[in-house]
Amino acid sequence: MQAVGKKNRLKENGIQFLFKYGAIALLIIIILYFSSISEAFLTYANFTDILRSISIVTLLALGVTFTLVVGGFDLSVGSTMSLSTVITASLMVWYEMPLWLVIILPILVGVLVGVLNSFLIVVLGIPDLLATLSMMYIVAGFHRTYTEGYSIYNNMPLTAGGTAPGQLSEAFLWIGQGRMLGLPVPVWIMLGMVLIAYVVLHHTRWGRVLYMTGGNAEAATLSGVNTRKVKFAAYVISGVFASMAGILFTARVGSGQIDAGAPMLMEAVAAVFVGYSVLGAGKPNAIGTFFGAAVIGILLNGLTIMNLPYYAFDIIKGAVLVSALAVTYVYAKKRFSQTG
Amino acid sequence: MANPFLSMNSIRKSFGKVTALEDAKFHLEKGELHALLGVNGAGKSTLMKILSGVYEQDEGEILIDGKRVNLRSPKAAKENGIYCVYQEVDTAIVPELSVAENIMLDTIATNNNLFISTSKLYKEASVALKQLQAENIPVQQPAFKLTLAEKQLVLIARALVSSAKIIIFDEPTAPLSLHESTKLFSVIHQLKAQGVGCIFISHRLPEVFEISDRITVMRDGKLVDVFQTADATAEKIIEAMLGTSYQQEQYSRNHALGETLLEVKELSDGQKLKDLSFTVAAGEIVGIVGLVGAGKTELAKALFGLESLQRGSVELLGKKLKATHPRDAIDAGMALIPEERRKEGLFVHESLQTNASFPNLRKFSNPLFMNKRAEKSFAKDIIKRLQIKTDDTETPLVHLSGGNQQKVVIGKWTSRDSILYLFDEPTKGVDIGAKADIFKLIRELAESGKGCLYFSSEIQEALGIANRILVMYNGQIVKEFSRGDATQERILLYASGGKEE
Repeated sequence: MQAVGKKNRLKENGIQFLFKYGAIALLIIIILYFSSISEAFLTYANFTDILRSISIVTLLALGVTFTLVVGGFDLSVGSTMSLSTVITASLMVWYEMPLWLVIILPILVGVLVGVLNSFLIVVLGIPDLLATLSMMYIVAGFHRTYTEGYSIYNNMPLTAGGTAPGQLSEAFLWIGQGRMLGLPVPVWIMLGMVLIAYVVLHHTRWGRVLYMTGGNAEAATLSGVNTRKVKFAAYVISGVFASMAGILFTARVGSGQIDAGAPMLMEAVAAVFVGYSVLGAGKPNAIGTFFGAAVIGILLNGLTIMNLPYYAFDIIKGAVLVSALAVTYVYAKKRFSQTG
Repeated sequence: MANPFLSMNSIRKSFGKVTALEDAKFHLEKGELHALLGVNGAGKSTLMKILSGVYEQDEGEILIDGKRVNLRSPKAAKENGIYCVYQEVDTAIVPELSVAENIMLDTIATNNNLFISTSKLYKEASVALKQLQAENIPVQQPAFKLTLAEKQLVLIARALVSSAKIIIFDEPTAPLSLHESTKLFSVIHQLKAQGVGCIFISHRLPEVFEISDRITVMRDGKLVDVFQTADATAEKIIEAMLGTSYQQEQYSRNHALGETLLEVKELSDGQKLKDLSFTVAAGEIVGIVGLVGAGKTELAKALFGLESLQRGSVELLGKKLKATHPRDAIDAGMALIPEERRKEGLFVHESLQTNASFPNLRKFSNPLFMNKRAEKSFAKDIIKRLQIKTDDTETPLVHLSGGNQQKVVIGKWTSRDSILYLFDEPTKGVDIGAKADIFKLIRELAESGKGCLYFSSEIQEALGIANRILVMYNGQIVKEFSRGDATQERILLYASGGKEE
């Protein structure tokens, strides 16, 4: 029996170690492995490349993080990003609007999607997954209807005849393609947003209120928190992050691609859940989300260098997500069954 | 005691670094009612979870009828005839299924028949309920329509149809009214007569003395003593539970009362509460006593802005208060210590520090950022003032005992200088040692000029602490006692709907 106890303890310690350092250990192992097989991998140019490639997913994932913090979930972020992508492009290509409007209007659309999500979830009481799943379809349908199914690019032919009058401006493209102080602009935007999200969630009163609403809404209400308003805010924030991701995508690619956000959804969700197990946080958190996105980004970059076919990437992404979930939930089960 | 029916020997169990049980023993005879007592954290629940197969012991053996058994899952325990009637009956009931299906659940789950004969199901369930003299429960009704007491009976019936040999009752009377408890005891007597061994966990000593044959007391994960109930006294038991002798303190309540803090006039909520009027003065502890279901919690929640009022007014310090959200009540100076501590009062997975600062985050932050140092020093301050037993301010509250958690719930409001405290059953599930601390705390609040409303169904405790007692029955205040003329008997009479002469 003594031996059994020891074995159990060893197992418990192992799980605890995996939970605390699993994501970081995985990151180091991946980096070491890819560096050993390719010289092109561990270079400054490649790393800024990776960071740029994860910047859009990270923005999306930060929004999902906020909804998970309040105990919800937002599946509509991918569609919201697609909508924002085509609106951004259309504002310039079709309507020749000034830059500030091109940035403000898509963000307002993101706010609107967030408000609709909140209405379904907070006011009508539809479970978050189902409500945002429905919104995902509605918003996706909207963005295809809006462009009549076409992507939007400079001087594109219009269905009404003739060609589009406007173009994506140089200033706008700089947001997605420019460089500043040795790093691409999208990387600066991403790092800034991660920092803001981190500070808000962990060092301000609002962050505390968000976490407590997710932890125990009833107790938060009895402490004087209006939990409906808090949840409302979280979905709006998620919508705003999704539209920022859309704007960045348009500037990066230089056109308003249709369905740009759809494949990003699961990647963003995976990043957030990998983030749960960064340094044993056990809950959604901004730094973890960034780490999660980085793990996935580095993995995909390495696999590309190894010439793995792109159609196999989803297997890897799915496997990373499942492992992160497994570590998080197995640990949670251990930890919370300790009240005896 | 040559060959006890059940014996658990040298049981050891630890969770991570915490040792929950160390060399624990427990013996049970057939047809015996054996009470298991101990303060919270003594290891009672862990021991019972091992017996019912929820946990596996690290060391030690369990013998039934002299044969060694391996209870590695709840299923294995059930196969050995061990059943558990949990305190939270709803966790074991499937609400949408009928009473009969709930009673026969284990049989349905384990037998190999593809089809289930409904008529046979109803018949067998009826027989089981009849044995418990509960044939008034309709077997075809869905289980969610039952009262708590009836659900308990369904669980006992479930154990009966599977010919249980041992039934564990984990604080079964906590949610029951006095009348329902009496009925439960007569059912337990019948089970004993049929040779079922019953294990009874409770915090209420009088009922333990009323129905048990033997009493085992645990402390710090070990067996302390086994008493024959006939020879035991309350003092001896409490001494064994606490490890020290326990004297009931007599509280002096002579400090002067101040101005009227709270004035409630003709309050009704259109459902339970009818026409309630009362006042609370500064420095006063007003006990609101009633049996379960009298409307105490509804009143506390209505005052705190959680339920809307239909009629009547609430004035705090002479100002009308129309609370539509707890925020309004809190801003006006109220604090609520809710009945369901874990569910409504705490963030159990968060640290003491995070919990303590939450009702008053503005005080612990500048316009932008949290001031974690101020949070920590406040947390340290309440640990010291309220004598909370914990290592540091970062420990998640799940690791604290019920009494210490309750102290955090009370302590967190002290950063706000609230003037009126609403305590809803503050001693529920709290062990005797921590209870004394909590009473002391409430008295200190009153002495410093706060008003306290003490909602309780524990008449003795309310008598011990309150200046004045209002008795609630069926949503109304039926009697007011000043401290001098209240006795347990008189209060109980009014609380159960009676009247004097």
